[in-house]
Amino acid sequence: MARFLSGDRGALARAISWAENADDRFQAALSGVYERVGRAVRVGVTGPPGAGKSTLVNEVARLLREMERTVGILAVDPSSPFTGGALLGDRIRMEERTLDPGVFIRSMASRGSHGGIARASVDACDMMDAWGLDEILIETVGVGQAEYDVVAAADTVVVVLCPGAGDGIQAMKSGLLEVADVLVVNKSDVSGAARLALDLEESVHIRATTRKHDEEKWVPPVVSCSAGTASGVDAVIEGVESHRRFLADGRLEGARGAKRVEQVQRVVTERLAEGVWDARGWRTEVEVLLGSGDTPYDVASQVLGEILGGIPVAGAPGARKEAGCS
Amino acid sequence: MTDRRIRVLVAKPGLDGHDRGAKTVASVLRDHGMEVIYTGLHKTPAMIAEIAVQEDVDVVGLSILSGAHMELFPRVRKELEQRGMAHVLLVGGGIIPREDIEALEGDGFTKLFGPGTNTDSIAEFIQTEMQQRWAKEGADA
Ligand SMILES: Nc1nc2c(ncn2[C@@H]2O[C@H](COP(=O)(O)OP(=O)(O)OP(=O)(O)O)[C@@H](O)[C@H]2O)c(=O)[nH]1
Ligand SMILES: [Mg+2]
Repeated sequence: MARFLSGDRGALARAISWAENADDRFQAALSGVYERVGRAVRVGVTGPPGAGKSTLVNEVARLLREMERTVGILAVDPSSPFTGGALLGDRIRMEERTLDPGVFIRSMASRGSHGGIARASVDACDMMDAWGLDEILIETVGVGQAEYDVVAAADTVVVVLCPGAGDGIQAMKSGLLEVADVLVVNKSDVSGAARLALDLEESVHIRATTRKHDEEKWVPPVVSCSAGTASGVDAVIEGVESHRRFLADGRLEGARGAKRVEQVQRVVTERLAEGVWDARGWRTEVEVLLGSGDTPYDVASQVLGEILGGIPVAGAPGARKEAGCS
Repeated sequence: MTDRRIRVLVAKPGLDGHDRGAKTVASVLRDHGMEVIYTGLHKTPAMIAEIAVQEDVDVVGLSILSGAHMELFPRVRKELEQRGMAHVLLVGGGIIPREDIEALEGDGFTKLFGPGTNTDSIAEFIQTEMQQRWAKEGADA
């Protein structure tokens, strides 16, 4: 870790690989630098395929560098569900940043995660943060209607849309409006962009006025830009900064704390699943129980009952009797 | 439970404007379960090496059709070495005469693929080579 702390790029790259590969060395690596985690600003960039996420990330990175901020970029592309392979092509749009010592770009395959980012994405952000990068931009895979794990990795989520990739109603039903802290209409040089921006303004307004108990709630600004021609992108950064000001006085810490709790829950669940299925030979036992005619739910209750000993669990045989439905 | 995948950088150094071959190879490697970083045309040796560092790739594959391979391939190798990436599996392909293949294979390149090479055999070569390297790493650890 001495190389990592002295700013060696290869050491950062290797630590991210350990996270991706679920290599045992990652846990110790993170422990060694965890006190340095938490300083970076984390911005997620999501939206449908081809909306211009990579182009926008490249342009935002360029402007941040002009402001003398260092930038880490994590660009996630999908793994093939059939072969596990992946073609990681987001970097093509970020070519001019390649040799800038204040920028670190890492491509990551989603590897079986379906939420738009990879299992190791948060770990990679933690490592870039500890390494000392000021701003971290996370580009998700092109999302459709339900892949919003980026919320767990980012403080601020930028949703990028463009003309031809859906209207305000589609944005409403897909949940994109719910995850957006900043809404960007990219490709403002293309016809239909102004119409889409108005449409989104209206949808945002409808949501804001119909929401209950909302005095405290953030209303996402709608920003138009053309990342492809480098115009209007400063307004995207302003939108992100205004959300950041909203997060000040406690909100950011609260949100980050809650996400760490969720992360622990996820890790416990993953390791428990591995431990149960790999280490203890439950598989055979489960096959026997199923063979005797028990339902999957009854078998699950028995497995949980045995793992947890006396601790009561939902759906366990005891709990069911108390509820009087046996 | 570890989940390691072969990460490959497919890169085109130099000025020639044809990346059909490189794209084909990238796509075939993906179909063989590898994670392929494709960077597009006209990369300098320094850029290729820097991308290899940040992406922590296991393999760097260079493609060149312009005839400048004897100049550019060794420069990429040097840039990789300078950045602590001498351990990557270095391969290349393109329109490369037999004597150049032999020269480069004696100069840090593990394998050069000449014109007409079957793309599946490139994937199989990389898989076999990486399996051996990882087995050796495991034995050393
Ligand atoms: N006209 C126009 N085209 C743009 C603009 N921004 C990006 N594009 C083009 O849109 C296409 C997709 O851009 P990307 O940045 O790769 O989009 P993406 O959202 O990252 O795509 P995926 O990662 O594949 O989901 C490219 O051909 C870009 O050149 C813009 O502002 N105007
Ligand atoms: Mg992209």
